[in-house]
Amino acid sequence: MSISLITFYLFSAILLLSSLMVISTKNPVHSVLFLILAFLNAAGIFVILHAEFLAMILIIVYVGAVAVLFLFVVMMLDFKTSLEKDNILQYMPIGLLIGLVFIAELVIVLINTRLDLSNIQILSNPLDNFSDQSNTEAIGSILYTNYVLYFQLSGVILLVAMVGSIVLTLRDREGVKRQIVSEQVDRKGKIELLDVKSGEGIDL
Amino acid sequence: MNVLQSNFFELITIIFYCILIFVPLLVGVVLALYADRKIWAAVQKRRGPNVVGPFGLFQVPADGLKFIFKEIILPDSADKTVFLIAPIITLALSIAAWAVIPVQAGVVLANINVGILYIFAISSLGVYGILMAGWASNSKYPFFGALRSAAQMVSYEVSIGFVIVTVLMCVGSLNLSEIVLAQKNIWFFIPLFPMFIVFFISALAETNRPPFDLPEAESELVAGYQTEYSGMPFVLFLFGEYINILLMCAMTTILFLGGWLPPIDVYPLNSIPGFVWFILKVTLVFYMFAMVKAFVPRYRYDQLMRLGWKVFLPLSLLAVVLTSSILFFFKLAPGMS
Repeated sequence: MSISLITFYLFSAILLLSSLMVISTKNPVHSVLFLILAFLNAAGIFVILHAEFLAMILIIVYVGAVAVLFLFVVMMLDFKTSLEKDNILQYMPIGLLIGLVFIAELVIVLINTRLDLSNIQILSNPLDNFSDQSNTEAIGSILYTNYVLYFQLSGVILLVAMVGSIVLTLRDREGVKRQIVSEQVDRKGKIELLDVKSGEGIDL
Repeated sequence: MNVLQSNFFELITIIFYCILIFVPLLVGVVLALYADRKIWAAVQKRRGPNVVGPFGLFQVPADGLKFIFKEIILPDSADKTVFLIAPIITLALSIAAWAVIPVQAGVVLANINVGILYIFAISSLGVYGILMAGWASNSKYPFFGALRSAAQMVSYEVSIGFVIVTVLMCVGSLNLSEIVLAQKNIWFFIPLFPMFIVFFISALAETNRPPFDLPEAESELVAGYQTEYSGMPFVLFLFGEYINILLMCAMTTILFLGGWLPPIDVYPLNSIPGFVWFILKVTLVFYMFAMVKAFVPRYRYDQLMRLGWKVFLPLSLLAVVLTSSILFFFKLAPGMS
């Protein structure tokens, strides 16, 4: 058993356990913290697969930004009152349905692609002409050439979503005094710098 | 068996290297704490710590010992597990980032391809220690402090990210050693001077240093997220914070001040080993950190947010576009000739 195999089992065991804890802990803040642990272990598995760029991006985007916002929202909740009303059976049917859909999708994918586990190297490197580059370069050179349109398009969609949410929440309130920095800085004539001689003082 | 044996030796050497990083780092933190107080005192015409040991040098170890032997008080209504994990996470993350810092040509524990992304990822995790501490304390001031801190760190990470992108475009690699080697001819703080300033100020905000120390503003929030902490967990927070500060100093050194490279590549200067230059530069940046703490008044929270989102973000975005355009049109980018 090599070190990478041991670490793989370690990461995936923690990943599975923590994702189980995400849905089974009563406290929503603990759920989010376990979710973060799951993300981190997923990143660890990416590193074992030599996909270090994806691993780092996963941590930066999901753990460093998205999960922080999750945690922000969840921390504000008054979860002590919501806990009592919680009934697991209430959500059971829809949860089972979604789970079944996911399993069905996975099975269909696995049946349709003849999975050859003896050739795992090809599976983790589906594009063979990038073997001499680091995967950051490989992702960059394929994302900004072959898929530049989709890349730009998804960027624009995100921008539209961001502008939309700002427009929806922005409201002009009456009687709000705003700080206008340029006016504060530009106040010549109203302020002056004096050199005061010691012992004499000045008249104001 | 042979594989396991070689793996075992590898593990032992890695642990040895970890200790080799950790011990100087701890000494560095102790000296940084001392220097911070001394510089602060000198600016205000005080003496600072001068009683314990020669020149007061043993003040910080004495404080540390005091904290270690103090009782750890767990607030009754706190979430005890999260409360105790939070300082451990803060310290562990701040040390983990040092694994990829090159102190000399070839002297680095993990010379990974995505070194700068690793540091960026680890420092973006740093916010969790603070958030968890603030929430788990189950008390008003820590919670406010944690919320402030989280918002502040997330905001300034954005501009730090863009500054890093600007530097990376001039280097053409994410490897920290190659970033240093790319500065052989000219240190990046000369061509990218505005970005150097943005990075320095963002680093201050990222490490919750004055003038951006609103998360622990004592006049408003007692001690922010650390309010409920005592004894050893408090020391872990303190050390984590200072290791992060040193990390940011090292990052400034690597990204803009040429890492371990001597100022001019001539005889008496380039015979000095690289790590001496590295430590000298980190000390210089830390001196600037300490001076800023001494003479800049604390920002108001809306000013802080304005600076981050309305000044630094557009500025660094503009710098990314401008730098890439210049590199492209004058064919200066690495790999173009």
